[in-house]
Amino acid sequence: MTPASSAQAPFQNKLLPLLLLLPQLLITVVFFYWPSVQAVQQSLYIEDPFGLNSEFAGLANFTELFRNSSYVDAFLRSLFFSAAVSGLSLGLSLLFAVCADRVVRGATGYKTLLLLPYAIAPALAGVTWMFVVHPSIGILGRALVAMGVEWNYLLNGNQAMALVIFAAAWKQISYNFIFFLAGLQSIPHSLMEAAAIDGAGPGKRFRDIVFPLLSPTAFFLLVVNIVYAFFETFGVIHAVTSGGPAKATEILVYKVYSDGVVGLDIGGSAAQSVILMLIVIVLTVVQFRFVERKVHY
Amino acid sequence: MRSFIAALSLGCAVSVSAFAAPVEIQWWHAMTGANNDRVNQLVDGFNASQSDYKVVATFKSNDYTELMNQTIAAYRAGNAPHITQVFEVGTATMMAAKGAVKPVYELMAEAGEKFDPNVYLPAIKAYYSTAQGKMLSMPFNSSTPIFYYNKDAFAKAGLDPEKAPKTWPEVIDAAKKVRASGHACGLTTAWVTWTQMETFSAWHNISFGTKANGFGGFDTEFKFNNPTIVKHFETLNEMQKDGSFKYGGRTTQPEGLFLSGECAMIMTSSGFLGNAIKNAKFNFATGMLPYYPDVAGAPQNSIIGGATLWVMGGKKAQEYKGVAKFFTYLSQLDVQIVNHQQTGYLPVTIAAYQETKRSGFYDRNPGRETPILQLQNKTPTENSFGVRFGNLPKIRDLIMDEVEAAFAGKISVKQAMDNAVAKGNEELRRFERTVAKN
Amino acid sequence: MVENRPLATFFAHLVLILGAVIVTFPILFTLLASTYEGSDVASGRVTLWPGTMGLENYWLALTSGARYTAQNPAAHMLLNSAIMAVTIAVGKIFISLLSAFAVVYFRFPGRMLCFWVIFLTLMLPVEVRILPTYKVISDLGMLDSYAGLTVPLIASATATLLFRQFFMTVPPELAEAAKIDGAGPLKFFWDILMPLSVTNIAALFVILFIYGWNQYLWPLLITTSGGMDTVVIGMKKMIGGDDTQTDWGVVMATTILAMLPPIVIIVVMQRWFVKGLVEQEK
Repeated sequence: MTPASSAQAPFQNKLLPLLLLLPQLLITVVFFYWPSVQAVQQSLYIEDPFGLNSEFAGLANFTELFRNSSYVDAFLRSLFFSAAVSGLSLGLSLLFAVCADRVVRGATGYKTLLLLPYAIAPALAGVTWMFVVHPSIGILGRALVAMGVEWNYLLNGNQAMALVIFAAAWKQISYNFIFFLAGLQSIPHSLMEAAAIDGAGPGKRFRDIVFPLLSPTAFFLLVVNIVYAFFETFGVIHAVTSGGPAKATEILVYKVYSDGVVGLDIGGSAAQSVILMLIVIVLTVVQFRFVERKVHY
Repeated sequence: MRSFIAALSLGCAVSVSAFAAPVEIQWWHAMTGANNDRVNQLVDGFNASQSDYKVVATFKSNDYTELMNQTIAAYRAGNAPHITQVFEVGTATMMAAKGAVKPVYELMAEAGEKFDPNVYLPAIKAYYSTAQGKMLSMPFNSSTPIFYYNKDAFAKAGLDPEKAPKTWPEVIDAAKKVRASGHACGLTTAWVTWTQMETFSAWHNISFGTKANGFGGFDTEFKFNNPTIVKHFETLNEMQKDGSFKYGGRTTQPEGLFLSGECAMIMTSSGFLGNAIKNAKFNFATGMLPYYPDVAGAPQNSIIGGATLWVMGGKKAQEYKGVAKFFTYLSQLDVQIVNHQQTGYLPVTIAAYQETKRSGFYDRNPGRETPILQLQNKTPTENSFGVRFGNLPKIRDLIMDEVEAAFAGKISVKQAMDNAVAKGNEELRRFERTVAKN
Repeated sequence: MVENRPLATFFAHLVLILGAVIVTFPILFTLLASTYEGSDVASGRVTLWPGTMGLENYWLALTSGARYTAQNPAAHMLLNSAIMAVTIAVGKIFISLLSAFAVVYFRFPGRMLCFWVIFLTLMLPVEVRILPTYKVISDLGMLDSYAGLTVPLIASATATLLFRQFFMTVPPELAEAAKIDGAGPLKFFWDILMPLSVTNIAALFVILFIYGWNQYLWPLLITTSGGMDTVVIGMKKMIGGDDTQTDWGVVMATTILAMLPPIVIIVVMQRWFVKGLVEQEK
């Protein structure tokens, strides 16, 4: 990839562009590269909480992680969690977008309502859903219990997982909906009409025309949703389940926090940070190639 | 950059020292509501009583774990407060941080302030002292788990509302009767590890870990996978099936189940009393923790929770003098009495307790004496001083992970306790390794 | 749609109504709960009919905060959130405009290096390197300050990428013409490029404002004195800690107050926001 197409760049200064870049470079180096280097460094040491003494441990923190089933579990759990959040959120928003594309009356009203979750902080999204489904406080939770359902996400890991998946997916619906709707509305009308004249029904039209044209959007959204589910859902989990019950909702980003900030395991937490950084860099490269491809069409 | 600022402020300090500005003492705490008001009163009282020192109290977080981590992070960054409030399970971590903390006995001796650890309730003194009986931190707000029950629910179930069940068989029987009378849930418990494991072990005089529950050294190992605890949790697990016991969460969440009237009995901190008086829409009363009569030596004595004040290391001698003066101020009898009566925490000194009793306070406020009677029930044994393990906040989480798995029916109780012991021991070894050289 | 199918349209409406209910229900329920007394909320006595404590809860929340936890009036926390959100939004937009301009309109040694240094950070959320970053902030003495809250979050490449892509769609003739007229690069930037970017800037402002407003883990670690709490953190802190009770009515009122500004911004600036989001994906 290249920073810009060669047609641009008419100005010939040497110093000015560096000055223009300076603020961003400075912030990036101080708050991104420096901490990253520190994370790598800390991940090679075992240290007491107060930093009174530390001993070089080589890769012990990393081998410890993979020896320890709880990290591998958290890893697999994160994969499941992000797949579930992405799937649920993308599915629902595509459905809403297809419907919103269809209706004329009240479309603006629906759209505005569907945008609301975007405005709400993950932590607040978690708390509000918790309120609705809490077994002894929430209106839905109480109704479930009254109906004799064994509903107690404080103890039932699967229910807790379902709850955080739902709250996290709910929050992401707006974002996906906007993109899908924009994608649908950019499909040329003439194309659809031609297909309809050829006798293709709505289902066939969706399969043959809409789906292929939407797939770049869908792919882009998939990457965004995976990143969202991996990292930005910390607030939901922290506010609703704190990773419990019995670690059922502990995903990687939560584990970094709880091992480092609560467990005071500086080295282990830093090792997890390093692994997460590698994951993100891979995702960034994937996203970049994709973004670049989109730029040139 | 910081050194530059430090130099700058040093310059300022030199230039204004002619005016003898009071030396500032930073105090971080986690006290909220009425307790927060009390902290501010204490600080104002001390600052008004003299002009050499000025204590500045800062509320940092309502969560002890977070406060402790903030303190540690601040220490690493070189800007720790002089005084910080640490909950009892953080004791071992703080004790091991030689150099990062200043033991209180040392602080008081160096500053020439009078300090006698024997004025404190034995249970409190034991918890925060070295094996040689030297106090490491300043007792401040202590609590202990007690038993609360809903009198109305008891009456409805045909039980005597004036009589708290004393033993576990009685509690179980009451829970089943309450449940049979149409009540949603019989019993719940907050702070499961603190009330049903750590305190439960002390109350039954059984060992929670080797080396006198960690008081005797860092090379301690957990022993809570013993038959008594396993049987106890199997009983609770069994009770879940008919709703006579309900698990409501790891920390304070179950208190909501009691307050809403859903569960008729709860075991939780004595500090919950004020909240219950204010918000319960039913009649309730308190009692001592239940025990299993077939366990030899039960009931022994309960152990404390709550927090103490730790002094951080690396400060100036003059500042330490101020901290010592402040602690002397806190130790005054009338201050102690107000602390106890106004906040709902225990009296930490024997004198404050006796004075409060003499004044008839406990007759006017039934339930306020229960926790003290329970703590003072017998002379502490090595199983009932308390628990002192490194990384205990994290270990509590590990234990709860396993307990929740057992309550959810994924593994057996025995398996859960064995796993928790194994994982807890790993954590203890990691702690031992990091503090070995301190 | 192509053909008129009343049944399909009816179903579409049905799905959308259902969607709207799912999307708004927790918000509505929180709104309802905020009009009840705390103990009623805790005992699950909230119904679909508003309670009578609404005014009192909101008044308490705004002026003094929850009764049993730290006395932190929401009004002050809202101000902190606003400062944080606006600083992050303006800061990001400002540095991104400059660096995108430099990357697109100049050839200079080290250009590729600068480009990659910036874009490697594209998707790396602060959560991933939270503890080391915390240490950096504390080494710089920026804990508990607005600078510590905002500056590190300004270091992100998303806005730069967006402006870069936008600048690349600007016809190169414009810059050539400006050069022929003897305008320097900064004059060109200010007189021609900026007016063209207004839409993008407004759209980004909405997105970044919400991003800043809704931050959670970062302020949770960086600010520890009560006076610095943002409203999202303040709300979480009101939910009982150790030995304290939760004043649920006030918590719910605070939650609603915390949601309001971003919701208002989204609704009012809907067009910009949608455009801005979709622009990013070009």
